[in-house]
Amino acid sequence: MVNVKQPLLKVSNLFVELEEHPILEDISFEVERGETLAIIGPNGAGKTVLFRTLLGLVPHKGKIEWEPGVKIGYVPQKLSVEPDLPLTVREFLSFKDRSFEEIETELAAVGLEKDILHHQLGVLSGGQLQRVLIAWALLGGPDVLLFDEPTSGVDIAAGETIYSLLHKLQASRKLTMLLISHDLQVVFQHATKVLCLSKERICYGPPKEALDSVTLAKLFGVEVAHNHNEHHHG
Amino acid sequence: MAETNLLFILLVGIFVGGAAGFLGSFMVLKRMALVGDAFTHVALPGMAVALLLNYDPMIGAFAALAVAALGIWYFEETSRVYPEALVGVFFTTALAIGVLITPQTELLEALFGSIEKITFGEGLLAILLSVAVLIVTCLISKKLILGVISEELAKSVGVSKSKINLIYLFLVAVTVTLGVRFVGTLLMGALVIVPAASAKNISSSLDSYYILSILFGVASAVVGVTLAQPLNIASGPAVVLTSTFFFLATFLAKQLVEKE
Repeated sequence: MVNVKQPLLKVSNLFVELEEHPILEDISFEVERGETLAIIGPNGAGKTVLFRTLLGLVPHKGKIEWEPGVKIGYVPQKLSVEPDLPLTVREFLSFKDRSFEEIETELAAVGLEKDILHHQLGVLSGGQLQRVLIAWALLGGPDVLLFDEPTSGVDIAAGETIYSLLHKLQASRKLTMLLISHDLQVVFQHATKVLCLSKERICYGPPKEALDSVTLAKLFGVEVAHNHNEHHHG
Repeated sequence: MAETNLLFILLVGIFVGGAAGFLGSFMVLKRMALVGDAFTHVALPGMAVALLLNYDPMIGAFAALAVAALGIWYFEETSRVYPEALVGVFFTTALAIGVLITPQTELLEALFGSIEKITFGEGLLAILLSVAVLIVTCLISKKLILGVISEELAKSVGVSKSKINLIYLFLVAVTVTLGVRFVGTLLMGALVIVPAASAKNISSSLDSYYILSILFGVASAVVGVTLAQPLNIASGPAVVLTSTFFFLATFLAKQLVEKE
Protein backbone atom coordinates (compact mmCIF):
# COMPACT_ATOMS: atom_id res chain seq x y z
CA MET A 1 0.00 0.00 0.00
CA VAL A 2 1.07 3.55 -0.66
CA ASN A 3 1.74 5.60 2.41
CA VAL A 4 -1.38 7.74 2.12
CA LYS A 5 -3.54 8.16 5.22
CA GLN A 6 -6.85 6.45 4.63
CA PRO A 7 -9.96 8.30 5.78
CA LEU A 8 -12.14 6.46 8.30
CA LEU A 9 -14.93 6.41 5.74
CA LYS A 10 -14.84 7.11 2.05
CA VAL A 11 -18.02 7.09 -0.01
CA SER A 12 -17.73 7.48 -3.76
CA ASN A 13 -20.53 7.88 -6.29
CA LEU A 14 -23.17 6.19 -4.18
CA PHE A 15 -26.51 5.43 -5.81
CA VAL A 16 -29.46 3.87 -3.98
CA GLU A 17 -32.81 2.88 -5.41
CA LEU A 18 -35.76 1.57 -3.42
CA GLU A 19 -38.48 -0.14 -5.44
CA GLU A 20 -37.16 1.54 -8.57
CA HIS A 21 -37.34 5.05 -7.09
CA PRO A 22 -34.01 6.84 -6.87
CA ILE A 23 -33.37 7.73 -3.21
CA LEU A 24 -29.71 8.75 -3.33
CA GLU A 25 -27.91 9.89 -6.46
CA ASP A 26 -24.17 10.20 -6.89
CA ILE A 27 -23.23 10.91 -3.27
CA SER A 28 -19.52 11.24 -2.43
CA PHE A 29 -17.89 12.31 0.82
CA GLU A 30 -15.10 11.44 3.25
CA VAL A 31 -14.87 11.39 7.01
CA GLU A 32 -11.51 11.61 8.76
CA ARG A 33 -10.89 10.29 12.24
CA GLY A 34 -12.11 12.66 14.94
CA GLU A 35 -14.32 14.62 12.57
CA THR A 36 -17.99 15.41 13.01
CA LEU A 37 -19.96 15.20 9.79
CA ALA A 38 -23.47 16.61 9.96
CA ILE A 39 -25.98 15.40 7.39
CA ILE A 40 -28.89 17.73 6.80
CA GLY A 41 -31.76 17.87 4.35
CA PRO A 42 -35.53 18.01 4.13
CA ASN A 43 -37.80 15.12 5.07
CA GLY A 44 -37.46 12.28 2.61
CA ALA A 45 -34.04 13.46 1.46
CA GLY A 46 -32.59 10.01 2.06
CA LYS A 47 -30.66 10.75 5.24
CA THR A 48 -31.73 7.66 7.19
CA VAL A 49 -31.40 5.56 4.02
CA LEU A 50 -27.81 6.80 3.77
CA PHE A 51 -27.12 5.52 7.31
CA ARG A 52 -28.78 2.20 6.56
CA THR A 53 -26.66 1.94 3.42
CA LEU A 54 -23.49 2.72 5.36
CA LEU A 55 -24.41 -0.12 7.74
CA GLY A 56 -24.70 -2.47 4.78
CA LEU A 57 -28.47 -2.95 4.92
CA VAL A 58 -29.43 -1.48 1.57
CA PRO A 59 -28.33 -2.62 -1.89
CA HIS A 60 -26.42 0.14 -3.66
CA LYS A 61 -24.12 1.11 -6.48
CA GLY A 62 -20.87 2.93 -5.84
CA LYS A 63 -18.21 2.43 -3.20
CA ILE A 64 -18.41 2.54 0.60
CA GLU A 65 -14.97 2.07 2.15
CA TRP A 66 -14.70 1.88 5.93
CA GLU A 67 -11.27 1.78 7.52
CA PRO A 68 -10.57 -1.94 8.07
CA GLY A 69 -11.68 -3.19 11.50
CA VAL A 70 -13.58 -0.04 12.38
CA LYS A 71 -16.16 -0.41 15.16
CA ILE A 72 -19.45 1.32 14.44
CA GLY A 73 -21.92 2.43 17.10
CA TYR A 74 -25.35 3.19 15.70
CA VAL A 75 -28.01 5.30 17.41
CA PRO A 76 -31.29 4.91 15.53
CA GLN A 77 -34.02 7.52 15.50
CA LYS A 78 -36.42 5.21 17.23
CA LEU A 79 -37.10 1.56 17.94
CA SER A 80 -40.17 -0.36 16.89
CA VAL A 81 -41.17 -1.23 20.43
CA GLU A 82 -44.68 -1.37 21.81
CA PRO A 83 -45.16 0.06 25.31
CA ASP A 84 -45.87 -3.42 26.67
CA LEU A 85 -42.82 -5.13 25.14
CA PRO A 86 -41.50 -7.30 27.97
CA LEU A 87 -37.91 -6.08 27.78
CA THR A 88 -36.11 -4.13 30.48
CA VAL A 89 -33.36 -1.60 29.85
CA ARG A 90 -30.95 -3.96 31.59
CA GLU A 91 -31.87 -6.85 29.29
CA PHE A 92 -31.60 -4.61 26.26
CA LEU A 93 -28.14 -3.37 27.19
CA SER A 94 -26.96 -6.89 28.03
CA PHE A 95 -27.64 -7.94 24.40
CA LYS A 96 -24.22 -6.54 23.64
CA ASP A 97 -22.51 -9.15 25.85
CA ARG A 98 -20.50 -6.64 27.86
CA SER A 99 -19.85 -6.77 31.59
CA PHE A 100 -22.33 -5.26 34.02
CA GLU A 101 -19.66 -2.82 35.17
CA GLU A 102 -19.31 -1.54 31.63
CA ILE A 103 -23.09 -1.13 31.36
CA GLU A 104 -23.12 0.90 34.57
CA THR A 105 -20.23 3.05 33.34
CA GLU A 106 -21.93 3.87 30.05
CA LEU A 107 -25.24 4.60 31.77
CA ALA A 108 -23.46 7.14 33.95
CA ALA A 109 -21.69 8.54 30.87
CA VAL A 110 -25.03 9.37 29.23
CA GLY A 111 -26.41 10.84 32.44
CA LEU A 112 -28.87 8.13 33.46
CA GLU A 113 -29.45 6.75 36.94
CA LYS A 114 -29.02 3.04 37.65
CA ASP A 115 -32.69 2.55 38.56
CA ILE A 116 -33.63 2.95 34.89
CA LEU A 117 -32.23 -0.56 34.32
CA HIS A 118 -35.42 -2.07 35.75
CA HIS A 119 -37.76 -0.02 33.56
CA GLN A 120 -39.36 -1.46 30.46
CA LEU A 121 -37.89 -0.09 27.26
CA GLY A 122 -41.33 0.77 25.87
CA VAL A 123 -42.28 3.13 28.70
CA LEU A 124 -39.21 5.39 28.57
CA SER A 125 -39.61 9.02 27.52
CA GLY A 126 -38.12 10.05 24.17
CA GLY A 127 -35.11 11.61 25.87
CA GLN A 128 -34.49 8.63 28.14
CA LEU A 129 -34.73 6.21 25.22
CA GLN A 130 -32.29 8.28 23.22
CA ARG A 131 -29.77 8.18 26.06
CA VAL A 132 -30.24 4.44 26.49
CA LEU A 133 -29.60 4.04 22.76
CA ILE A 134 -26.44 6.12 23.02
CA ALA A 135 -25.29 3.98 25.97
CA TRP A 136 -25.97 0.89 23.86
CA ALA A 137 -23.91 2.31 21.01
CA LEU A 138 -21.04 3.17 23.37
CA LEU A 139 -20.79 -0.36 24.79
CA GLY A 140 -17.79 -2.10 23.32
CA GLY A 141 -15.92 1.13 22.55
CA PRO A 142 -16.86 2.16 19.01
CA ASP A 143 -14.57 4.29 16.82
CA VAL A 144 -17.43 6.03 15.11
CA LEU A 145 -20.94 6.94 16.16
CA LEU A 146 -23.79 7.19 13.66
CA PHE A 147 -26.44 9.34 15.29
CA ASP A 148 -29.88 9.72 13.72
CA GLU A 149 -31.63 12.57 15.48
CA PRO A 150 -35.33 12.02 16.12
CA THR A 151 -37.56 14.54 14.37
CA SER A 152 -39.87 14.83 17.33
CA GLY A 153 -40.82 13.45 20.69
CA VAL A 154 -37.63 14.20 22.56
CA ASP A 155 -38.02 16.06 25.82
CA ILE A 156 -35.28 18.56 26.49
CA ALA A 157 -33.66 17.52 29.74
CA ALA A 158 -32.80 20.27 32.16
CA GLY A 159 -29.17 21.30 31.84
CA GLU A 160 -27.32 19.16 29.38
CA THR A 161 -28.68 18.80 25.87
CA ILE A 162 -28.07 15.69 23.86
CA TYR A 163 -25.58 17.58 21.70
CA SER A 164 -23.42 18.83 24.50
CA LEU A 165 -23.46 15.24 25.76
CA LEU A 166 -22.34 13.94 22.35
CA HIS A 167 -19.72 16.66 22.13
CA LYS A 168 -18.35 15.75 25.55
CA LEU A 169 -18.25 12.06 24.64
CA GLN A 170 -16.52 12.82 21.39
CA ALA A 171 -13.82 14.86 23.09
CA SER A 172 -13.17 12.38 25.89
CA ARG A 173 -13.18 9.26 23.70
CA LYS A 174 -11.83 10.63 20.42
CA LEU A 175 -14.95 9.49 18.61
CA THR A 176 -15.69 10.18 15.00
CA MET A 177 -19.26 11.29 14.55
CA LEU A 178 -21.78 11.18 11.74
CA LEU A 179 -24.98 12.89 12.72
CA ILE A 180 -28.26 13.45 10.98
CA SER A 181 -29.54 16.73 12.31
CA HIS A 182 -32.57 18.94 11.88
CA ASP A 183 -31.10 21.84 13.80
CA LEU A 184 -28.84 24.18 11.85
CA GLN A 185 -27.55 25.75 15.03
CA VAL A 186 -26.23 22.36 16.09
CA VAL A 187 -24.56 21.96 12.72
CA PHE A 188 -22.78 25.31 13.00
CA GLN A 189 -21.71 24.64 16.58
CA HIS A 190 -20.56 21.04 16.43
CA ALA A 191 -19.88 19.90 12.87
CA THR A 192 -16.52 20.10 11.18
CA LYS A 193 -18.15 19.22 7.87
CA VAL A 194 -21.67 19.25 6.56
CA LEU A 195 -23.30 17.20 3.82
CA CYS A 196 -26.57 18.58 2.46
CA LEU A 197 -28.80 15.97 0.91
CA SER A 198 -31.85 16.14 -1.21
CA LYS A 199 -31.55 12.89 -3.12
CA GLU A 200 -28.32 14.31 -4.56
CA ARG A 201 -25.52 16.19 -2.87
CA ILE A 202 -26.50 19.85 -2.60
CA CYS A 203 -23.52 20.99 -0.57
CA TYR A 204 -20.46 19.59 1.15
CA GLY A 205 -17.71 21.17 3.21
CA PRO A 206 -17.15 23.12 6.43
CA PRO A 207 -20.55 24.54 7.53
CA LYS A 208 -19.56 28.20 7.30
CA GLU A 209 -18.48 27.77 3.69
CA ALA A 210 -20.99 25.21 2.51
CA LEU A 211 -24.16 26.61 4.03
CA ASP A 212 -24.81 29.90 2.29
CA SER A 213 -28.32 31.28 1.86
CA VAL A 214 -28.56 30.06 -1.74
CA THR A 215 -27.80 26.50 -0.69
CA LEU A 216 -30.24 26.64 2.21
CA ALA A 217 -32.97 27.96 -0.06
CA LYS A 218 -32.29 25.16 -2.52
CA LEU A 219 -32.28 22.58 0.25
CA PHE A 220 -35.31 23.53 2.29
CA GLY A 221 -37.18 25.82 -0.11
CA VAL A 222 -37.27 29.58 0.17
CA GLU A 223 -39.94 29.74 2.84
CA VAL A 224 -38.16 27.47 5.25
CA ALA A 225 -34.92 29.37 4.85
CA HIS A 226 -36.83 32.53 5.56
CA ASN A 227 -38.33 31.04 8.71
CA HIS A 228 -34.93 29.96 9.79
CA ASN A 229 -33.68 33.53 9.56
CA GLU A 230 -36.60 34.79 11.59
CA HIS A 231 -35.85 32.18 14.17
CA HIS A 232 -32.30 33.42 14.40
CA HIS A 233 -33.29 37.01 14.82
CA GLY A 234 -36.00 36.24 17.35
CA MET B 1 -50.74 -50.09 18.10
CA ALA B 2 -49.72 -50.55 21.70
CA GLU B 3 -51.38 -48.31 24.24
CA THR B 4 -48.77 -45.89 25.54
CA ASN B 5 -49.18 -45.02 29.17
CA LEU B 6 -50.44 -41.66 30.37
CA LEU B 7 -47.23 -40.65 32.11
CA PHE B 8 -45.23 -41.04 28.91
CA ILE B 9 -47.83 -39.05 26.95
CA LEU B 10 -47.63 -36.34 29.59
CA LEU B 11 -43.86 -36.28 29.29
CA VAL B 12 -44.07 -35.84 25.52
CA GLY B 13 -46.66 -33.12 26.07
CA ILE B 14 -44.44 -31.29 28.53
CA PHE B 15 -41.58 -31.07 26.06
CA VAL B 16 -43.63 -30.28 22.96
CA GLY B 17 -45.74 -27.75 24.89
CA GLY B 18 -42.63 -26.10 26.31
CA ALA B 19 -40.91 -25.86 22.92
CA ALA B 20 -44.08 -24.49 21.30
CA GLY B 21 -44.52 -21.91 24.07
CA PHE B 22 -40.92 -20.72 23.82
CA LEU B 23 -40.99 -20.40 20.03
CA GLY B 24 -44.38 -18.73 20.20
CA SER B 25 -42.98 -16.00 22.44
CA PHE B 26 -41.01 -14.66 19.44
CA MET B 27 -43.93 -15.10 17.07
CA VAL B 28 -46.05 -12.87 19.31
CA LEU B 29 -43.32 -10.21 19.59
CA LYS B 30 -42.80 -10.29 15.84
CA ARG B 31 -46.53 -9.48 15.55
CA MET B 32 -46.97 -12.56 13.46
CA ALA B 33 -49.53 -14.25 15.70
CA LEU B 34 -52.14 -14.64 12.98
CA VAL B 35 -49.68 -15.66 10.30
CA GLY B 36 -48.07 -18.13 12.69
CA ASP B 37 -51.45 -19.62 13.46
CA ALA B 38 -52.52 -19.97 9.83
CA PHE B 39 -49.05 -21.30 8.93
CA THR B 40 -49.69 -24.51 10.87
CA HIS B 41 -52.61 -25.36 8.56
CA VAL B 42 -50.32 -26.22 5.66
CA ALA B 43 -49.33 -29.35 7.53
CA LEU B 44 -52.64 -30.93 6.46
CA PRO B 45 -52.16 -31.13 2.67
CA GLY B 46 -48.60 -32.33 3.36
CA MET B 47 -49.91 -35.16 5.51
CA ALA B 48 -52.57 -36.01 2.94
CA VAL B 49 -50.09 -36.27 0.09
CA ALA B 50 -47.77 -38.43 2.24
CA LEU B 51 -50.66 -40.73 3.16
CA LEU B 52 -51.66 -41.09 -0.49
CA LEU B 53 -48.08 -41.95 -1.41
CA ASN B 54 -47.74 -44.33 1.54
CA TYR B 55 -45.19 -42.27 3.44
CA ASP B 56 -45.26 -41.37 7.11
CA PRO B 57 -47.67 -38.41 7.32
CA MET B 58 -45.25 -36.59 9.67
CA ILE B 59 -42.68 -36.45 6.87
CA GLY B 60 -45.32 -34.90 4.61
CA ALA B 61 -46.30 -32.42 7.32
CA PHE B 62 -42.72 -31.35 7.83
CA ALA B 63 -42.05 -31.00 4.10
CA ALA B 64 -45.12 -28.79 3.63
CA LEU B 65 -44.26 -26.69 6.69
CA ALA B 66 -40.66 -26.25 5.59
CA VAL B 67 -41.80 -25.00 2.19
CA ALA B 68 -44.31 -22.63 3.83
CA ALA B 69 -41.59 -21.39 6.22
CA LEU B 70 -39.41 -20.56 3.22
CA GLY B 71 -42.35 -18.70 1.70
CA ILE B 72 -42.94 -16.60 4.82
CA TRP B 73 -39.23 -15.89 5.05
CA TYR B 74 -39.16 -14.77 1.43
CA PHE B 75 -42.03 -12.35 2.00
CA GLU B 76 -40.41 -11.01 5.16
CA GLU B 77 -37.21 -10.36 3.24
CA THR B 78 -38.62 -8.83 0.10
CA SER B 79 -41.80 -6.96 1.00
CA ARG B 80 -41.80 -3.76 2.93
CA VAL B 81 -45.43 -4.25 3.88
CA TYR B 82 -46.12 -7.74 5.13
CA PRO B 83 -48.68 -9.34 2.80
CA GLU B 84 -50.80 -10.62 5.67
CA ALA B 85 -53.98 -11.01 3.63
CA LEU B 86 -52.16 -12.93 0.92
CA VAL B 87 -50.53 -15.26 3.45
CA GLY B 88 -53.89 -15.80 5.16
CA VAL B 89 -55.59 -16.68 1.87
CA PHE B 90 -52.79 -19.03 0.87
CA PHE B 91 -52.76 -20.98 4.13
CA THR B 92 -56.54 -21.22 4.36
CA THR B 93 -56.61 -22.54 0.80
CA ALA B 94 -53.99 -25.11 1.78
CA LEU B 95 -56.26 -26.19 4.63
CA ALA B 96 -59.29 -26.54 2.35
CA ILE B 97 -57.34 -28.60 -0.18
CA GLY B 98 -55.92 -30.67 2.66
CA VAL B 99 -59.42 -31.46 3.97
CA LEU B 100 -60.50 -32.55 0.49
CA ILE B 101 -57.59 -34.90 -0.20
CA THR B 102 -57.04 -36.39 3.27
CA PRO B 103 -58.59 -39.87 3.52
CA GLN B 104 -61.79 -39.60 5.57
CA THR B 105 -60.62 -42.14 8.14
CA GLU B 106 -57.56 -40.06 8.94
CA LEU B 107 -59.13 -36.62 8.75
CA LEU B 108 -60.30 -36.20 12.32
CA GLU B 109 -56.95 -37.26 13.74
CA ALA B 110 -55.05 -35.00 11.36
CA LEU B 111 -57.20 -32.04 12.30
CA PHE B 112 -57.34 -32.52 16.05
CA GLY B 113 -54.42 -34.77 16.95
CA SER B 114 -54.18 -38.20 18.51
CA ILE B 115 -51.58 -38.11 21.23
CA GLU B 116 -53.01 -41.36 22.69
CA LYS B 117 -51.77 -43.30 19.66
CA ILE B 118 -48.20 -42.12 19.84
CA THR B 119 -45.62 -44.94 19.95
CA PHE B 120 -42.66 -45.01 22.31
CA GLY B 121 -40.23 -44.35 19.47
CA GLU B 122 -42.23 -41.40 18.15
CA GLY B 123 -42.55 -39.98 21.65
CA LEU B 124 -38.85 -40.26 22.32
CA LEU B 125 -38.04 -38.59 19.02
CA ALA B 126 -40.49 -35.79 19.86
CA ILE B 127 -38.82 -35.25 23.24
CA LEU B 128 -35.33 -35.17 21.77
CA LEU B 129 -36.32 -32.80 18.98
CA SER B 130 -38.11 -30.53 21.45
CA VAL B 131 -34.97 -30.34 23.58
CA ALA B 132 -32.94 -29.51 20.47
CA VAL B 133 -35.44 -26.80 19.51
CA LEU B 134 -35.31 -25.32 23.02
CA ILE B 135 -31.51 -25.22 23.00
CA VAL B 136 -31.15 -23.67 19.53
CA THR B 137 -33.90 -21.14 20.25
CA CYS B 138 -32.16 -20.17 23.46
CA LEU B 139 -28.91 -19.65 21.55
CA ILE B 140 -30.48 -17.34 18.97
CA SER B 141 -32.94 -15.61 21.31
CA LYS B 142 -30.97 -12.39 21.78
CA LYS B 143 -30.42 -12.03 18.06
CA LEU B 144 -34.07 -12.69 17.34
CA ILE B 145 -35.27 -9.99 19.74
CA LEU B 146 -32.71 -7.56 18.43
CA GLY B 147 -33.99 -8.16 14.92
CA VAL B 148 -37.53 -7.51 16.14
CA ILE B 149 -36.77 -4.16 17.76
CA SER B 150 -34.33 -2.82 15.17
CA GLU B 151 -32.79 -4.37 12.10
CA GLU B 152 -30.19 -1.59 12.08
CA LEU B 153 -29.08 -2.28 15.66
CA ALA B 154 -28.88 -5.97 14.87
CA LYS B 155 -26.75 -5.25 11.83
CA SER B 156 -24.50 -2.85 13.74
CA VAL B 157 -23.47 -5.74 16.00
CA GLY B 158 -23.05 -8.15 13.12
CA VAL B 159 -26.37 -9.99 13.37
CA SER B 160 -28.00 -10.93 10.09
CA LYS B 161 -31.72 -10.66 10.72
CA SER B 162 -32.42 -12.58 7.58
CA LYS B 163 -30.33 -15.62 8.56
CA ILE B 164 -31.67 -15.67 12.11
CA ASN B 165 -35.26 -15.48 10.84
CA LEU B 166 -34.70 -18.42 8.55
CA ILE B 167 -33.33 -20.54 11.40
CA TYR B 168 -36.25 -19.46 13.54
CA LEU B 169 -38.89 -20.37 10.95
CA PHE B 170 -37.22 -23.74 10.45
CA LEU B 171 -37.46 -24.36 14.22
CA VAL B 172 -41.15 -23.43 14.05
CA ALA B 173 -41.64 -25.94 11.23
CA VAL B 174 -40.02 -28.68 13.34
CA THR B 175 -42.09 -27.84 16.42
CA VAL B 176 -45.36 -27.61 14.54
CA THR B 177 -44.68 -31.02 13.01
CA LEU B 178 -44.25 -32.45 16.51
CA GLY B 179 -47.35 -30.66 17.71
CA VAL B 180 -49.54 -31.80 14.85
CA ARG B 181 -49.41 -35.32 16.26
CA PHE B 182 -50.29 -33.88 19.61
CA VAL B 183 -53.11 -31.37 19.12
CA GLY B 184 -53.67 -31.62 15.37
CA THR B 185 -53.05 -29.31 12.47
CA LEU B 186 -56.09 -27.13 13.19
CA LEU B 187 -55.16 -26.39 16.78
CA MET B 188 -51.35 -26.39 16.77
CA GLY B 189 -51.25 -22.69 16.00
CA ALA B 190 -53.02 -22.09 19.29
CA LEU B 191 -50.38 -24.03 21.22
CA VAL B 192 -47.70 -21.81 19.68
CA ILE B 193 -49.48 -18.49 20.13
CA VAL B 194 -51.74 -18.66 23.18
CA PRO B 195 -49.17 -19.49 25.91
CA ALA B 196 -46.94 -16.62 24.73
CA ALA B 197 -49.88 -14.22 24.49
CA SER B 198 -50.82 -15.19 28.05
CA ALA B 199 -47.25 -14.67 29.27
CA LYS B 200 -47.07 -11.26 27.60
CA ASN B 201 -50.13 -10.13 29.58
CA ILE B 202 -48.25 -10.35 32.86
CA SER B 203 -44.53 -9.98 32.01
CA SER B 204 -42.40 -6.89 32.22
CA SER B 205 -39.03 -8.50 31.49
CA LEU B 206 -37.85 -10.94 28.84
CA ASP B 207 -36.75 -13.47 31.43
CA SER B 208 -40.20 -13.74 32.98
CA TYR B 209 -41.82 -13.66 29.55
CA TYR B 210 -39.79 -16.64 28.28
CA ILE B 211 -40.26 -18.64 31.45
CA LEU B 212 -44.00 -18.01 31.60
CA SER B 213 -44.45 -18.79 27.89
CA ILE B 214 -42.78 -22.16 28.44
CA LEU B 215 -44.68 -22.80 31.68
CA PHE B 216 -48.06 -21.98 30.13
CA GLY B 217 -47.24 -24.27 27.19
CA VAL B 218 -46.27 -27.09 29.56
CA ALA B 219 -49.23 -26.54 31.87
CA SER B 220 -51.68 -26.48 28.94
CA ALA B 221 -50.38 -29.84 27.78
CA VAL B 222 -50.37 -31.43 31.23
CA VAL B 223 -53.76 -30.16 32.38
CA GLY B 224 -55.39 -30.74 28.98
CA VAL B 225 -54.19 -34.33 28.60
CA THR B 226 -54.99 -35.15 32.22
CA LEU B 227 -58.54 -33.81 31.95
CA ALA B 228 -59.21 -35.34 28.52
CA GLN B 229 -59.23 -38.96 29.69
CA PRO B 230 -61.72 -38.85 32.60
CA LEU B 231 -63.94 -36.40 30.68
CA ASN B 232 -63.74 -38.65 27.62
CA ILE B 233 -62.91 -35.80 25.24
CA ALA B 234 -60.19 -35.45 22.59
CA SER B 235 -56.90 -34.30 24.08
CA GLY B 236 -56.10 -31.69 21.39
CA PRO B 237 -59.10 -29.44 22.06
CA ALA B 238 -58.66 -30.01 25.82
CA VAL B 239 -55.06 -28.76 25.65
CA VAL B 240 -56.01 -25.70 23.61
CA LEU B 241 -58.98 -24.84 25.83
CA THR B 242 -56.70 -25.06 28.85
CA SER B 243 -54.32 -22.58 27.24
CA THR B 244 -57.29 -20.30 26.53
CA PHE B 245 -58.17 -20.46 30.20
CA PHE B 246 -54.65 -19.24 31.09
CA PHE B 247 -55.03 -16.44 28.58
CA LEU B 248 -58.32 -15.27 30.08
CA ALA B 249 -56.93 -15.44 33.60
CA THR B 250 -53.81 -13.42 32.74
CA PHE B 251 -55.85 -10.98 30.67
CA LEU B 252 -58.14 -10.31 33.63
CA ALA B 253 -55.14 -9.99 35.93
CA LYS B 254 -53.66 -7.40 33.58
CA GLN B 255 -56.91 -5.43 33.49
CA LEU B 256 -57.10 -5.44 37.27
CA VAL B 257 -53.52 -4.25 37.66
CA GLU B 258 -54.01 -1.47 35.10
CA LYS B 259 -57.14 -0.24 36.88
CA GLU B 260 -55.34 0.22 40.14
